[in-house]
Amino acid sequence: MKVQTKKEGRSLAILLIGELDHHGAKGLMQRLDQEIEASLPLQLTLDFGGVSFMDSSGIAVVMRCRQRMRELGGSVKLCKAAQQPRKVLEAAGIQRIVEME
Amino acid sequence: MKVENYVVLEFLSRSSNESFARMAAAGFVAQLDPTLDELGDIKTAVSEAVTNVIVHAYPDKLGKIVMKMKILEDHVLEISIRDWGCGIPDVNKAMEPLFTTGGEERSGMGFTIMESFTDRLRVKSAVGKGTTVSMRKRISQRLTGMR
Repeated sequence: MKVQTKKEGRSLAILLIGELDHHGAKGLMQRLDQEIEASLPLQLTLDFGGVSFMDSSGIAVVMRCRQRMRELGGSVKLCKAAQQPRKVLEAAGIQRIVEME
Repeated sequence: MKVENYVVLEFLSRSSNESFARMAAAGFVAQLDPTLDELGDIKTAVSEAVTNVIVHAYPDKLGKIVMKMKILEDHVLEISIRDWGCGIPDVNKAMEPLFTTGGEERSGMGFTIMESFTDRLRVKSAVGKGTTVSMRKRISQRLTGMR
């Protein structure tokens, strides 16, 4: 799983690229932790535009980002999820606790 | 139900085989001409089942996973995933949404997703002997036009 980050002021946007499963989730979590730690954003946007497949491992990743952002007094939102990842996110009820565009 | 076609795959519980397993399932079901949505559901359900084995059945060793895929009559796909790992002490508890023993890397939504993305989910497990997860999904028969 690859990521591309874009920082503007206190906003951090992270584009996720590839397949998000258990195999790649641990490394991705560490990478996201580092990125959040480095820029201490108030708004984190996880851009799912490059995610070609996601299973419930992705839910754990989103929940962890949400937790980290709450600790910083900020928030997280998701955008551009394609049909398959969106269905997994919605099956878990993520849209009820995290803003999804 | 009559078996129209089947494939049996055996592989090691390495996490790199998660993507292999769902791609194999996608390849096998292609003969039923699933929609993109159905294909996504199948790949997701297989990914969840195989990940469960890797994380929970064989937590600190590598073990054998056997994935059987069958095409039954009436366009029904059946996939069973078997392991010889530690088994699940309480299957009903394990299937509850958000229940996990996998720590913060896991969401506890695996069985919930398998259940909602397939038509039928059955789990047979014996502690110390292993677990078999069996899923069925009917693939819609699309009109393919006049020949």
